[in-house]
Amino acid sequence: MGRKLLTEHIDLPGIDTFDGYRRQGGYASVEKALKEMTPEAVVEEVKKSGLRGRGGAGFPAGMKWSFLAKPEGKPRYLVCNADESEPGTFKDRHLMTRLPHLLIEGMITSSYALGARTSYIYVRGEMMGVIHILERAIGEAYAKGFLGKNILGTDYSLDLYVHPGGGAYICGEETALLESLEGKRGNPRNKPPFPAVSGLYACPTVVNNVETIAAVPWIVNNTGDEYAKIGIGRSTGTKLISACGHVNQPGIYEIELGVPVEEFLYSDEYCGGIRGGKKLKAVVAGGSSVPILPAHLILTTAKGEPRLMSYESLSDGGFQTGTMLGSGGFIALDQDSCIVRNTWNFTRFYHHESCGQCSPCREGTGWMEKVLHRIEHGHGHLRDIDLLVDVAKKIEGNTICPLGDAAAWPVASAIRHFRDEFEWHVKHPQEATRKGAAYRNEEVLV
Amino acid sequence: MEDVKFPDATHRVVQQIIGRYPEGRQKSALLPVLHLAQAEWGWLSPAVMDHVAGLLGIQPIEVYEVATFYTMFHLQPTGKYVLEVCRTGPCCLLGAEDLIEHLENKLNIRVGETSADGLFTLKTVECLAACGYAPVLQVQLPEPGASSNSTYRYFENLTEEKVDEMMETLARR
Ligand SMILES: Cc1cc2nc3c(=O)[nH]c(=O)nc-3n(C[C@H](O)[C@H](O)[C@H](O)COP(=O)(O)O)c2cc1C
Ligand code: SF4
Ligand code: FES
Repeated sequence: MGRKLLTEHIDLPGIDTFDGYRRQGGYASVEKALKEMTPEAVVEEVKKSGLRGRGGAGFPAGMKWSFLAKPEGKPRYLVCNADESEPGTFKDRHLMTRLPHLLIEGMITSSYALGARTSYIYVRGEMMGVIHILERAIGEAYAKGFLGKNILGTDYSLDLYVHPGGGAYICGEETALLESLEGKRGNPRNKPPFPAVSGLYACPTVVNNVETIAAVPWIVNNTGDEYAKIGIGRSTGTKLISACGHVNQPGIYEIELGVPVEEFLYSDEYCGGIRGGKKLKAVVAGGSSVPILPAHLILTTAKGEPRLMSYESLSDGGFQTGTMLGSGGFIALDQDSCIVRNTWNFTRFYHHESCGQCSPCREGTGWMEKVLHRIEHGHGHLRDIDLLVDVAKKIEGNTICPLGDAAAWPVASAIRHFRDEFEWHVKHPQEATRKGAAYRNEEVLV
Repeated sequence: MEDVKFPDATHRVVQQIIGRYPEGRQKSALLPVLHLAQAEWGWLSPAVMDHVAGLLGIQPIEVYEVATFYTMFHLQPTGKYVLEVCRTGPCCLLGAEDLIEHLENKLNIRVGETSADGLFTLKTVECLAACGYAPVLQVQLPEPGASSNSTYRYFENLTEEKVDEMMETLARR
């Protein structure tokens, strides 16, 4: 059994209340940080921990914190990204529902470290239930003197608010999120300036994912060095993986980074194998935006080494034979899944969610959706396959925000690894459009 | 058109919400206040949006452009319950498309329409962050006069039988 730094007590009755959480040692990091540490010392521990952003990009949190500008006379903000809308990812909702005080504790300790006096948790609007849970828990924390003026009798004061989104995937992108928090459409901003210099209300701002913030209390309580001992290499600590698709035991698993993918997929502690005893065809390992890999390449790298659940191991081989850990949304596709249909669905999603500001993304996602729709529905041409590769290539790297890349990678990787399946669709339209039909190539199944 | 104005209790909540943001940044309250408005009136008519603009001291156009950007806001009257079924990849791997078809047949409507009895509007939405419990749909449970946002309930691990049962319960509510 791996160590659980975030979810050890998640099943305890009453852990969602202040008192229940406190009985398990909750809020200790606030006491330690505010009474015994300078803000700089807290930042230093987070740096030492090697904690990387859990929202998708994996950028070192301590480094991001140390970039925060500190001009005189300007407030600084910490904004928690709880927009969770990357398909395949459902860990933040789980964490906030079951352990609301862990996020609140993390927000207080992190806000102290950054010198923020007002902080926001931006929760996607669909999670109204989570918003009610967080607001109740925040109320408890105020009542107990952990929020508001002069927390625990120190001269540090903090107000913490929950802000609901309105339904838009793009608001997970940090600058779109800030626009949205300012009451505007969620159009990503051009960077630079980065939020660390000019973020919310043009003030220095740090945006971090829920799971990133939730890791901070353990780091402060146990030191960054101890955290860095867990995990593997530069993938330190634990990660919440959202397992879904055709696995026997879908759900949220806290893993120590470095667990072999094979163990994660097949052991009873985690996914428990593929449903109905079927074979595995492919995995999208880090949310819909990362490259899809065929079964053999998710289990072992191109060099034949066992693939591990870590930032480095999953990306081993680059985009030719690797993928990314991303947000940890782990989607398994069994032998009967249709790669073309799944790719079309994802592309339809990105087209729907494109904010429309840049033409490569706005037009390119729509174009790819149309072409994939026609291949999936039996009207494709062989030249369409190269056309898709070409459009994907022209979107990638040419847009204001990474949604364009996120739309391009699934298409490019699906064709890279499953070209024969696309060709089969074009050549056998009648068979391919039969309900439930899927191309089968025994060689790629594991 | 009847006079559009939040009840006093909700009006006080609006003022509290505005207080969460710095001086002069009351526009930040737009999304939370639009949720309150939708809970109150069921959908965002131009009159409702104008009222919200007035409360926040911003131009009506600033409200319209936001309300049309975000998918949660209804810009037309809906049935009493809006069934929003997730249609994104992971849910489709586990039967979301069949479920949508089942709902269309059962309600005798297509996605985007409202059943003849005015009870159910059928919509599709993108990933609801519940992919491990697929297929999934959410329903907004209206609480007229509520001083807080209405609740959205998720129904998870759906089968045709479970959906039928859920709809009977809602119809009786
Ligand atoms: C299109 C798009 C959607 C994103 N969605 C989310 C999201 O839902 N949640 C999240 O935490 N980060 C999301 N991100 C990443 C954020 O932009 C940002 O990197 C992250 O919030 C930083 O926090 P972290 O360093 O703690 O991961 C998204 C990025 C893009 C480009
Ligand atoms: S890449 Fe797409 S989503 Fe991002 S800013 Fe451009 S159009 Fe908008
Ligand atoms: S795909 Fe349906 S909830 Fe995520």
